[in-house]
Amino acid sequence: MTAAFPANAFVPTAYRVIRQRREMRDVATLELSAAAGELPTFAPGQFNMLYAFGVGEVAISVSGDPGNRGRFVHTLRAVGAVSTALARLEAGQMLGLRGPFGTGWPMTAAVGSDLVIIAGGLGLAPLRPALYHLLSHRADYGGITVLYGTRHPRDILYRREIERWRRRLDLDIEITVDHADRAWHGHVGVVPALIPRAAIDPENTFALVCGPEAMMRFTVAGLRDAGLAPERIYLSMERNMKCALGLCGRCQFGPTFICKDGPVMRFDRILQIFATREI
Amino acid sequence: MGGHVLAIGAKAMMTRDGLQALIEALLSRGYRLIGPRLGEGAIVYDDIGGIADLPAGWTDRQEAGSYRLERRADAAFFGYAVGPQSWKRFLHPPVERLWQARREGDELAILPIEIETPKFAFLGVRGCELRAIQIQDRVFTGGSQVDVAYGARRRGNFIVAVNCGTAGGTCFCVSMASGPKAKGGFDLALTELIEGGAHEFLVEIGSATGADLFAGIPQRTASGDDIAAAEAVVARTAREMGRTLDNTGIKELLQGNPNHPRWDTVASRCLTCANCTMVCPTCFCTTVEDGSDLAGATAARVRKWDSCFTLDFSFVHGGPVRSEPRARYRQWMTHKLANWIDQFGKSGCVGCGRCITWCPVGIDITEEVAAIRANARTAGTPEKGGA
Repeated sequence: MTAAFPANAFVPTAYRVIRQRREMRDVATLELSAAAGELPTFAPGQFNMLYAFGVGEVAISVSGDPGNRGRFVHTLRAVGAVSTALARLEAGQMLGLRGPFGTGWPMTAAVGSDLVIIAGGLGLAPLRPALYHLLSHRADYGGITVLYGTRHPRDILYRREIERWRRRLDLDIEITVDHADRAWHGHVGVVPALIPRAAIDPENTFALVCGPEAMMRFTVAGLRDAGLAPERIYLSMERNMKCALGLCGRCQFGPTFICKDGPVMRFDRILQIFATREI
Repeated sequence: MGGHVLAIGAKAMMTRDGLQALIEALLSRGYRLIGPRLGEGAIVYDDIGGIADLPAGWTDRQEAGSYRLERRADAAFFGYAVGPQSWKRFLHPPVERLWQARREGDELAILPIEIETPKFAFLGVRGCELRAIQIQDRVFTGGSQVDVAYGARRRGNFIVAVNCGTAGGTCFCVSMASGPKAKGGFDLALTELIEGGAHEFLVEIGSATGADLFAGIPQRTASGDDIAAAEAVVARTAREMGRTLDNTGIKELLQGNPNHPRWDTVASRCLTCANCTMVCPTCFCTTVEDGSDLAGATAARVRKWDSCFTLDFSFVHGGPVRSEPRARYRQWMTHKLANWIDQFGKSGCVGCGRCITWCPVGIDITEEVAAIRANARTAGTPEKGGA
């Protein structure tokens, strides 16, 4: 007996790599298009499950422009077997994709407000679609500040794009590095240290934060010190994930599932669990 | 044979021969009948061809960290509590192929697999196990995303429940309000009556399908005495229940005490072996394994039961989120008894006692809850050592 049931959400769809760009030694950006049919739309902050043939699947945030229909853009670091296999894919090769999944950044709630976007390392990738959206709907939003921290000047992601954005008069971008080289004239130190310089109006600002959990911990503390209420702070969380459907149980974060209640979570909803170690 | 069709909720009496006829009727209707039988030193669930396959005259003696089969003084078919297995191994199999992929040059094709759906009939499903099936129904088919294979396997199941006549030493279904009597969700429910030389079953009709099938089984009308005797069996089982668990405010109790010192105490005993999660009838967590053939032309993805007690379970780049056994035990118990209520509207525990029995060091979830409750931080008080 074979059952006729709705589409099986465990089965990926084949996508082709249109372009591969090496961002850093171990970081690549893939531009993907569907091998057949139309590309689903996505909200800034959502993620896809990318499958490398025979190796496995990982959750990677969408980092492209939500206004550019036709392709999915993903930036990923080669850290494990799957991400290494994905980072090695070249234009013309194929991978499997399921998604997009999860919650997005509060682009609608933030209309009319200021935004402070705070990224650590590769955490800039899931925030880039939000930036694209803000810049293409610039008149809908107030002041926009980007605070970005990396280890070293050579680790600055999307460097040419950031240089272009820094020339804009309707966007403030501050970059800090943990370890400077001689050519570096910018800030040195951790990204939360930039928060007091950002002149945040706490009553009228939304903060979008993505980076390593320790970085987000200190960033949230800095934002709270600046007077931002927990419901104005959004974090993109990460946990081990296999199905992205709320069925494998692995991405639990307290009572929430990162795959469907996240990855973007409003801080007041996770305040207590975020403060607990090894939860 | 071919008697009149009873109404849902009606009761009738059936002999041992009637049970054999019931099994034959299910098999002749094309069901794959799974029921209890002796195997691997325990009572396990496997294919059943007749009453001769049932564990007649056997019982199980269960305590924390201990399970022993023993002979009963009578020939009861269902005179045991529950074994290490549960019905989830049929509805949510331990190993399941999800899909396969084929590669030729740069081209990739991902192909769904035909979902195998035997028409299952389950014989001997206890009240706690029925609740467990309903809980997994909610997990796999009650949300925005569904597990279509689970739904396909679950569809059209014929469930013959058994109201418990023997309380296991580690059971606490009364506390979880899931037993010892099956409360709905069955096609037929049996109460085994084996006192005073007679060996019969009181049968309760639970569905139209159950009524239809039972109409063909030799039976007699149930008297008031028969019904009273069946109620007495269940009442005695409830009284003899080995353990209790106080559920009062349990969600707030566990969610509000993540740094309780008891987590350290239990972690000093816990081997993080994952036995509790394997025997739990509601634990649903899985991992996946990907592989390809040697030529690299075909690949497949296989889903397997996994456990929150493994380090791999919470691994993100840099290491596991829950490196300490304390955090892993806390995750399991807090999820089961508290977070599950937020996620799926009900506790994830049915009170079957398997996690207590099959824990190699005899950790007892009811005892752990009581210990946390005895010395809990009340809501609103800042907890020491937090964050």
